[in-house]
Amino acid sequence: MYQYNDTDQTLIEERVAQFRGQTERFLKGELSEDQFRALRLMNGLYIQTHAPMLRVAVPYGLLSSKQVRMLAHIARKYDKNYCHVSTRQNIQYNWPKLETVPDILADLASVQMHAIQTSGNCMRNTTSDHLAGVCVDEIEDPRPYCEIIRQWTILHPEFAYLPRKFKIAVSGATHDRAATQVHDIGLHLVKNDKGEIGFEVLVGGGLGRTPIIGQVIRPFLEKKHLLSYLEAIVRIYNLFGRRDNKYKARIKILVKETGLAAFSQLVEQEWQLIKSDLELSADRIDAMKAQFTPPPYDLSAANDNSLDKHLQGDPAFASWFKHNTADHKAPGYRVVFLSLKAPDSPPGDITDAQLDALADLADQYSFGEIRTTHRQNMVFADIKQSELYPLWQKLDALKLATPNIGTVTDMICCPGLDFCSLANAGSIGVAKEINQALDDMDYIHDIGDLKINMSGCMNGCAHQSVGHIGILGVDKKGTEWYQLTLGGSSDNEAAIGERLGPSLAKDEVTKAVNTILDVYVKQRLSGESFLDTVKRVGLTPFKEQVYADH
Amino acid sequence: MQIIKDKQIIEDTWRYIEDDAELKTGDLCVSLARWKKDKHQLLQHTGKVGVRIAPTDSVAELADDLKDIQLIELHFSSFGDGRAFSQAWLLRNRYHYSGEIRASGQCMPDQVYYLSRVGVNAFNFSKDEDLPVALSALNDFTVNYQKSTN
Repeated sequence: MYQYNDTDQTLIEERVAQFRGQTERFLKGELSEDQFRALRLMNGLYIQTHAPMLRVAVPYGLLSSKQVRMLAHIARKYDKNYCHVSTRQNIQYNWPKLETVPDILADLASVQMHAIQTSGNCMRNTTSDHLAGVCVDEIEDPRPYCEIIRQWTILHPEFAYLPRKFKIAVSGATHDRAATQVHDIGLHLVKNDKGEIGFEVLVGGGLGRTPIIGQVIRPFLEKKHLLSYLEAIVRIYNLFGRRDNKYKARIKILVKETGLAAFSQLVEQEWQLIKSDLELSADRIDAMKAQFTPPPYDLSAANDNSLDKHLQGDPAFASWFKHNTADHKAPGYRVVFLSLKAPDSPPGDITDAQLDALADLADQYSFGEIRTTHRQNMVFADIKQSELYPLWQKLDALKLATPNIGTVTDMICCPGLDFCSLANAGSIGVAKEINQALDDMDYIHDIGDLKINMSGCMNGCAHQSVGHIGILGVDKKGTEWYQLTLGGSSDNEAAIGERLGPSLAKDEVTKAVNTILDVYVKQRLSGESFLDTVKRVGLTPFKEQVYADH
Repeated sequence: MQIIKDKQIIEDTWRYIEDDAELKTGDLCVSLARWKKDKHQLLQHTGKVGVRIAPTDSVAELADDLKDIQLIELHFSSFGDGRAFSQAWLLRNRYHYSGEIRASGQCMPDQVYYLSRVGVNAFNFSKDEDLPVALSALNDFTVNYQKSTN
């Protein structure tokens, strides 16, 4: 993975010093709440319901074991012994004290980490495919480009006060696992007719109040023009994006109101004027690629016979293998998902002890690297098949082996009313109730691929509008209600879910989810996924049953 | 009134003239609308002339007049309105303006580092106590990932 050079290290240390000074001035009353708000947000610090929340950047979801140990240390020293994986692959702490945040940032800087631009109206952490570099359907590893984009976005002097937040995602595979179509800019590595690899560029996607699927603004962009093209888009957005209404300030609204053709023309004009100044040299790209070379795989890993024996001898292991591991491009290796969706813990949460144990396991089994996913789980990317069984036993003891990846209980869930000051309704409690109701693993596995995404408010941090089942908390005269949608997806055929009907009271949500699953089981054709069934039969059969008593 | 210019605290010699006020002697700054309306008269003015740009103004409208303008004031209506950053970048890089570009209005001392990187070389704050903070903030970083305009 990418290793900081002196410039990278100096920059984050100077950033810590800058924020330390700003925090001191705020505490002395020299900065107003409003002014400090903008500055602290660009260092990942929110003020939440109970305490500040600090969001730490995990660039494109990649962590070293050393960094994971530091995350554990921070959870222990400054927080309540746990942290939370966010849908931008970042790490969130829910209980730090404001005055200790500069110290936390200094601790992070000591392991090449920071919280820069994890919030605020600026360019955010660039996300990517959690299977980058190891998946079988990859055109090219997106991570070198993610790092190039990370460096370009960090402390970009012109774009720190945009109309609204700005998110970029990069995918290098044929299957989009990075939800690129619902980002302000989505980048796909693609091959053109001549066999050259470049980027397909999408613009104007986004979730939140007005979910919109991004549109292709450029089918093929040469790699050398990556930064100039991004700069052209963001400059047009900075100059022309709406600032009169924060709910209409994202680039998706500018693209929609301007029209894609006219918007593209503005970008094209700007780009032609700057493209020669911001060219990426082949040397720069090659040097970055050299930071992401594959680890030294054991070339005889596929000769192992023990895996089959364990799969046949231990059904619990076989179930975990089926649901929580994925194909790997290197023979004899698998990708392992660490489920942060154990039935009794809030989705995406992980404790300091689990983090420390994972760091040790990463060193022992996975070349010292750990990844976070946008579905709030973690990944060991490079596990030898012969080591899957002992690893599974250890993960099981750590409660990180619930065999539910991609299933109905692998919910994406925001912190909701329990922590977040924006929320209208709780989400963790509802997730827990759904989990308790769905306690039969065989039934969960029979339901198969089903993504429930649940947000406690319109801001949609948990991407409910692209959940196969989306659950959105709304406030009705001081009580918590929930709006259900069906048929959303952030995969290749991205779609915004359709509203099922009137919102439901909190105690009706679990029953409604159960009813939806029952309807699916009755309606599905052999082997048909939930999403395909919804597409085929439409909402009516679901609606009739869920609202039968209303 | 003191300002920062080229990393020094100096006395400000400029005066902003409201659109409905009479022009006075000395170094005068006017709105873009006033400049366009009274350009002929302003070109005869014996002191220096500057133009104040609002976040909603297009700096392209000044492109042909830049040789006659000694100051461009980028006026922040709120510190969160970041259009001034792109306006400054365009003035320096696209239109090659070499005169003074000044940030004024609701900008914060904590913004001077980024502003200086896109070509702003003078800062006018409403509070004098902001001046030393801003001077120090100009040196917040010794390294950068992006090319500087200055």
